[in-house]
Amino acid sequence: MTAAIVVEELEVVFDRFRALKGVSLEVREGESYGLVGESGSGKSTLLRAITGLAPVASGAITVNGKKLGKSRDKAFYREVQMVFQDPYGSLHPRQTVDRLLQEPLAIHGIADGEKRIERALDEVGLGKGFRFRYAHQLSGGQRQRVAIARALILEPSILLLDEPTSALDASVQAEVLNLLEEVRRRRKLTFLMVSHDLAIVTHMCERLMVMQNGEAVETLTASQLIGHRVNADYTRNLLRASEGFVRV
Amino acid sequence: MSGDTLLEVDDLRVTFPTRTGLVQAVRGASFSLGRERLGIVGESGSGKSQTGRAIMGLTPPQAEVSAKKLSFDGMDLLSISPRERRALRGNRIAMILQDPKYSLDPVMSIGRQIVETLRTHEKVSKAEARERALATLQAVQIRDPARVFDLYPHEVSGGMGQRAMIAMMLITGPELMIADEPTSALDVTVQLDVLNILDKLVSERGMGLIFISHDLRLISSFCDRVVVMYAGKVVEQIKASELRDARHPYTRGLLNCMPRIGFERHPLPVLDRKPEWAA
Repeated sequence: MTAAIVVEELEVVFDRFRALKGVSLEVREGESYGLVGESGSGKSTLLRAITGLAPVASGAITVNGKKLGKSRDKAFYREVQMVFQDPYGSLHPRQTVDRLLQEPLAIHGIADGEKRIERALDEVGLGKGFRFRYAHQLSGGQRQRVAIARALILEPSILLLDEPTSALDASVQAEVLNLLEEVRRRRKLTFLMVSHDLAIVTHMCERLMVMQNGEAVETLTASQLIGHRVNADYTRNLLRASEGFVRV
Repeated sequence: MSGDTLLEVDDLRVTFPTRTGLVQAVRGASFSLGRERLGIVGESGSGKSQTGRAIMGLTPPQAEVSAKKLSFDGMDLLSISPRERRALRGNRIAMILQDPKYSLDPVMSIGRQIVETLRTHEKVSKAEARERALATLQAVQIRDPARVFDLYPHEVSGGMGQRAMIAMMLITGPELMIADEPTSALDVTVQLDVLNILDKLVSERGMGLIFISHDLRLISSFCDRVVVMYAGKVVEQIKASELRDARHPYTRGLLNCMPRIGFERHPLPVLDRKPEWAA
């Protein structure tokens, strides 16, 4: 199997703060890979570094066999798209859903926009009726569906998901997770997904990396995590915390 | 209920005027609270926070609060004067908010904010207020109270800020504490520390606690009793230990739809919302 994303000894430095301290990982093609950790662990920074939104100080990123340079070209964004955490902040408030979905098509000069928009909205479970609405007329779950539609409209092979459901209610979260699994199966996508919630990551991903303070703590398969076969104390703490409050 | 009922809420309604007519955020919520931990759980828009705010007296001025009964320790909260209400707020009834980043004053040191709360309600000297603030910071397990006393909110972590807020709310020795999503902005491991502190203080001081959260699993592991709200109404009241036998389909759906470690379910069950739940 070939690798979709290879990250080697990646360092990200903001001014003097080292957000990532030499992190390596490999995501296979068609795999769903999770990044877990608390705030400040560098998990989102890793995603942002891959898309070119964070300053890479050293290290190498290879996507679909192509080594990435300092800037990303259009071809890169046709392969890799990102869904952000906050559906209230990631959609333009003055643009209709239609306009939002046309933007990536216009950038990439894709002609059959009409058909693609209809199909994308269909695919994320929003009918045609949503096409000319504004973001503020939608619920959080519907907005996240639009964000997913926007990511899918270029037909990428890799989706980077940054806490895609943490701003949503539990019942809506279930719907969005189901949708993500479904599009992944149908389009044979590769997922790299960030979450602070171990339950979500074990549900969605086959393998995962636990991060803390900009470093990788350990790499596990979902079944190792489920079976509590973990090595690091930090992971054990996370597992315990995810089981809820226990009175001592 | 027995004599130690602290709070009684009967048919509480909170109505907001909007451009398109009246919106009822809370539509007849009823429950009572003793010296126990009561959880209010619901999704966004269920009216759980507005319920807490109405009890606290923090409903926005344009909204209207009505109830057959809203009484705290025998006092009718809806008929007392704003002045009397103010004397209760922060003194006998306290509230912890979700995010210390937004609910602490950014231009005031943590210590001064705590002292301010105390001196609003009690006549104490500056030196004594400082002593008591330091003692309370110690009580919420802040290791170096003297240092934290002089720090500003932006200089501390989320968990530390939340402890400072709890300290601020505790210093007057309230009988009723309302915690509105007190740990949602915190990391999971920090979350447990804060809950442990809250748990210990509530049981040691015999406070009544209303814990408002969207996280049913967290509430069920922390509280004695759970009130489930949906569309402004209480759909079920149940002992936390009996949650597995919950009867209302909404409660069961909410329990069911969360992914759990070690339970493979693809796809996840989703809530099938019935219009009659909101009726």
